[in-house]
Amino acid sequence: MSASATPGPQLQACQEPQPQPSRWREALKQAASSSWLTSVLAVVIALVIGAILIAAADVRVQQAAGYLFARPQDFFGAAWNTVSGAYSSLFQGAVVNLTSAHSFADVVAPATKTIAYSVPLIFAGLALGIGFRAGLFNIGAQGQIILGATLCGYIGFSWHLPAGVHLVVALLGAFVGGAAWGFIPGILKAKTGANEVIVTIMLNSVAVFFLGWLLTLRSFQIPGLSRPISPRMDTTAGYPHFFNTSIDLGFLLAIVAAVVVWWLMERTTLGFRIRAVGENPHAARTAGMNVSMSYVWVMVISGGLAGLAATSQLLSAPSQQLNVDIASTFGFDAITVALLGRSKPLGTVLAGLLFGGLRAGGYLMQSATGTPIDIILVLQSVIVLLIAAPPLVRSIFRLPDDDRRRRSRSAAHARSLRHEAAT
Amino acid sequence: MSTTLTQLRAEDLHHEVLRPRSWKLPIALTVFTLVSLAGFCFTTPAGATSRVAIATGNSWLGTLIWSLPSQSALVVLTVIMAALAGAGWWASLRRVTRVGIVKIGSWTSVVFGICFVSAFLVWAVAGRGSVLQFTSLLSGALFLSVPLVFGAMAGTVCEHVGVINVSIEGQLLAGAFMAAVVGSLSRNPWIGLLTAPLAGAVIGALLALFAVRYWVDHIIVGVVLNVLVTGLTSYLFSTVLTHNTAVFSSTVRLPTWKIPLLSQIPVIGPVLFVQNVLVYVMYVVVILLQVLLFRSRWGLRLRACGEHPRAADTLGVKVNRTRVLNTILGGAIAGLGGAYFTIAHGLAFGKQMTAGRGYIALAAMILGGWKPKGALVAALLFGFADNLQNALGVVGVQVPSQFMLMAPYLVTIFAVAGLVGKVRAPAMEGKPYKG
Amino acid sequence: MRLELRQVTKKFGDFVANDAIDLIVEPGQIHALLGENGAGKSTLMNVLYGLYAADDGQILIDGAEVTFSGPGDAMAAGIGMVHQHFMLIPVFTVAENVVLGAEPIGPFGMISIRRARALVTEISARFGFDVDPDAPVEDLPVGVQQRVEIIKALSRSAKVLILDEPTAVLTPQETDELMDIMRQLRASGTSIVFITHKLREVQEVADTITVIRHGKVVGSASPQTSQADLASMMVGRQVDLTVEKTASTPGPVVVEVAGLTLVGPDGRLLLDDICFSVSAGEILAVAGVQGNGQTELAETLIGLRRPTSGSILLHHSDAAGRPVTEDLAGKSVSAILEASVGFIPEDRGKDGMIAGFSIAENLVLDQVASKPFSRRGTLDVAAIAANAADKVTQYDVRAASPSSTVATLSGGNQQKVVVARELSRDLALLIACQPTRGLDIGSIEFIHSRILNQRAAGTAVVLVSTELSEVTALADRIAVMYRGHLVGIAPHDTARHVLGLMMAGVPYDEAMSPDQSGEPGDPGQGGPQ
Repeated sequence: MSASATPGPQLQACQEPQPQPSRWREALKQAASSSWLTSVLAVVIALVIGAILIAAADVRVQQAAGYLFARPQDFFGAAWNTVSGAYSSLFQGAVVNLTSAHSFADVVAPATKTIAYSVPLIFAGLALGIGFRAGLFNIGAQGQIILGATLCGYIGFSWHLPAGVHLVVALLGAFVGGAAWGFIPGILKAKTGANEVIVTIMLNSVAVFFLGWLLTLRSFQIPGLSRPISPRMDTTAGYPHFFNTSIDLGFLLAIVAAVVVWWLMERTTLGFRIRAVGENPHAARTAGMNVSMSYVWVMVISGGLAGLAATSQLLSAPSQQLNVDIASTFGFDAITVALLGRSKPLGTVLAGLLFGGLRAGGYLMQSATGTPIDIILVLQSVIVLLIAAPPLVRSIFRLPDDDRRRRSRSAAHARSLRHEAAT
Repeated sequence: MSTTLTQLRAEDLHHEVLRPRSWKLPIALTVFTLVSLAGFCFTTPAGATSRVAIATGNSWLGTLIWSLPSQSALVVLTVIMAALAGAGWWASLRRVTRVGIVKIGSWTSVVFGICFVSAFLVWAVAGRGSVLQFTSLLSGALFLSVPLVFGAMAGTVCEHVGVINVSIEGQLLAGAFMAAVVGSLSRNPWIGLLTAPLAGAVIGALLALFAVRYWVDHIIVGVVLNVLVTGLTSYLFSTVLTHNTAVFSSTVRLPTWKIPLLSQIPVIGPVLFVQNVLVYVMYVVVILLQVLLFRSRWGLRLRACGEHPRAADTLGVKVNRTRVLNTILGGAIAGLGGAYFTIAHGLAFGKQMTAGRGYIALAAMILGGWKPKGALVAALLFGFADNLQNALGVVGVQVPSQFMLMAPYLVTIFAVAGLVGKVRAPAMEGKPYKG
Repeated sequence: MRLELRQVTKKFGDFVANDAIDLIVEPGQIHALLGENGAGKSTLMNVLYGLYAADDGQILIDGAEVTFSGPGDAMAAGIGMVHQHFMLIPVFTVAENVVLGAEPIGPFGMISIRRARALVTEISARFGFDVDPDAPVEDLPVGVQQRVEIIKALSRSAKVLILDEPTAVLTPQETDELMDIMRQLRASGTSIVFITHKLREVQEVADTITVIRHGKVVGSASPQTSQADLASMMVGRQVDLTVEKTASTPGPVVVEVAGLTLVGPDGRLLLDDICFSVSAGEILAVAGVQGNGQTELAETLIGLRRPTSGSILLHHSDAAGRPVTEDLAGKSVSAILEASVGFIPEDRGKDGMIAGFSIAENLVLDQVASKPFSRRGTLDVAAIAANAADKVTQYDVRAASPSSTVATLSGGNQQKVVVARELSRDLALLIACQPTRGLDIGSIEFIHSRILNQRAAGTAVVLVSTELSEVTALADRIAVMYRGHLVGIAPHDTARHVLGLMMAGVPYDEAMSPDQSGEPGDPGQGGPQ
């Protein structure tokens, strides 16, 4: 679907063996042009930009900047203190707690938080990844999460079922809610060719207002109170937690979902069809595949997975309530997660953990050093932008500009070949 | 032999074209007519009146209050709607575009829409003590549509040059931030107004950098830039702006001007010509774009880059340079619109204060068929829907506000699903030119 | 203006598209540049037109060296080019297209449409074109669009006009008209570089011929050189201009098409009451100028388009070997493929393969849902790999490995993948659209032999081709289409000019009548392809 998700087509008619440089240089070159290195460097650049912002907004740094030329060490000292303070609390909030831990559980508590925060990102990231691979740009995870939350929440607080059964039914509700909201752009695309980007953007807003309206209804409010907030969820619908930590069944389900998505995409005829449609819908249609139905399927599966992202908001902690902000910004964060994970299940899980960690660490950073958590959005977006444009990263670090050259070369070449080919 | 051939081909040139039948329009019109009949006409008690206040723009006449017999007015409006729906059926059945003197097309929908909304208003205020403030409903709608219009113009420029601009939201937000902060620093709203486009242009330049130079998917860049601007402005708001409110967050306001003579025109004068300065800037931008895009050298080359970049290239037009410059221009237009949120209202900057208007602007552009005047109409429609719920709230009508707020989004979904009218995007939008 | 290229070299990575090419175009001359597909003709012209920068070599105009940093410079130097794929903006009018990039400016800095219109009218009048300056280009037939391109080049006072494969989209008669225009231009002092791979046209109109092979100039020739000699210069070896073909022995009728009509989404009548039948072991070629409904016919037969009316009866045998008759009209593509119909699409890059998929995956693209490649919705990866290994050797697909993507293959090998997939089943009917378009002679011969093998095996073949030489070489009968009508079905040895008239809509009987036949027939002599 995108330049970042799949490498551009490389039409090369003649692959003549190149003169072989030393193996060592070759290996270095390969490492330099690999996507992993690009990803790591993108994170580095984002952290540097973040550091500049953190330092620039700090009052002490600003004061020291006033007499920068008189005493530069003050300025750099202040900047170092601020940035290292913020980043160390970011790290400690996301990975391990080294300063105020009393037990092993305290030490790893941040990591378990990270895992907990990553669950909705993984679900929604997988959802969008499936869409991307089918060539559908589903920006509607936000709306799908809201609808998933609506149904899941309604089941959670108004039905009273035995423990276990209640959880399963609530999970089903979340999936169905999201799938239904995903079905709309899918069927519109299939039947009328409506652009799914526009439709899903619009449905995100519609979902917010729809939930807003539901929450004005008596049946969605706490009896006696007329506030747009639902009654508390039954504990019977909650996820069981592992070892008394923040990690719960939701994470296990997210991992299972990732495996299932992998299996679906790589090992089933439906996945084959989805990938074929995503790569080239014309050829898929000519090969007898039902492209329209594939769009519907993809959007339903994608919407359902996004709907499951809502469960971590409602089922993870006891007695959660449904409100208009239930989806937070997971739907949009998931876009960056799927892009960073290159729409592949493993990548999505890792990207989800990274961004979950940024979120978990961001909260600690905000409370410990006063650096607002909004900086996390900047880090996330810079990372994704840079990963989508590897040549930019390479030119920043003056790395061999291999990929870009190959890309433009093959593009020009492909064009000329096509030109000739048509004669 | 060659003459025979030319004749032969000339005869065949107009070979049969059967206009395809589309039932979408007549069905939609019929449904809305029935809604009007059942929902409005039948539920309004006989003898009820609807009172509407209209400012005349004339200082002697002041504001006129017009009492309409609700039911008769509704019947008249519904009959007009039924007639239009009938014309739609006839046109589809006979595969024609014209019924009598009525041309069936987008204007049919617009006239129909006006009738439907009027009927809704008449019904909503029927038999109530309060008066519908018609003039302020319209002028407020115009003002609310300002960011949508600027955003839609930005989108139009970018898409015609071949770049999909989803970052309108971010450009509006950046413009709002810049206008507020610079206005506050300089204590002068005009300087704020001048710098707002710069902020939008920076976001436009980033969009161009990634989309044109590095061939990143335009929608991805747009969405991510929105996140970036949200993060950046929120971060600066929570730190710099809140640390020193007096310097960075004092409020300045662009004045409202009453244009002499023009504001005296009955009914439309008070609506169009007693407005904030930014509204007049908007008039200029829309008119300029509508003319220049289709008549000037700049417009011709710009559209060539969006329709067939390679052809433009073979004629010596520098495609990627044109794309970059005009994407920046588009960003600047949206940035200008961002001034609406802060200095046009006399407000300080607030986190995420654009609240998704950029996405509605995108919708307005699509609904307007990628044309400045169409986008203007669509943006006005959305502004109207937005203001209607305020107005009805004042009158005391119990329509859930959420449904009014949803309306623009639903209309857009119908539009892209081809139910409202056929729109045609520039052919090569979103496709990088790798020449 | 005398144009000279010296030692021009253009590389794409390690691929040398133009290798030290020398070329001199004398003033007032029609200079033909002859070469196979992929020989490097268009690349050379794009260098000359400033679209590509040469890696080495010089361009001289009247003895002085020039450098072009873009097409603007080339145009300023008096070089105009009519690209094979027209560089016209569909939504713009003729006048807007002509002035784009050199717009006359009127009052208020707006474009003066009046002057643009006058320019178009003036040049049209000079050459006797009938072009409406205010018509949107997308509404014009291709022949007229080509004239707009010529007007565009002349409006910038081109002294050298490059025509890149200008006849590919024209009927033989339109081609004759274009040749007249070329002679007229030559008389007015414009030199023309005429890029083509069609030998007949070269002989008819060129003053000088330069032959290019594999990016190198292999020699010059005079228009008197025989076609066989030109062909062997072009290909580098002796080529048979005719395909070895046994006499046809048609069996029972396999497909009967009756009253097939298709109305397009915009209401245009794309297919008008098409009737024909094809027997087992017979090749019916569908000829016509590009865009006269042949593509739509093929797409309707395979189920990509749903016919408005009519029937497509297919007589074949079912899984148990019993004869059955099915009406394919309105059936889905997968159902039609299942009814033992094979399809080689016209645009293999767009419709025939998935560039990012491996060769193995592409080889099962339309059979993946059936045994042995999948079972109950789960892929059998081993069976898919085994199939790929088998097909790659059988069809001589040159690839690093079956798991490499088809995007890495050359055009000929890509087409072999498509053909291998489609011919690997027992077919009752094969629909092949432009099966050899853009391929080198070797691949063309290979694919032609495979199609003839199918014919020998008793498959009914519908061959859609705009290459008249391919049609006359392979067909047993020739159906000619014009504007969605089937003009008539002619025998395989019908004279070239008769087919040409039919392609312009003249019915067979009329085209055969003496007053229409201006030249003796020369079937099968159109060229090597």
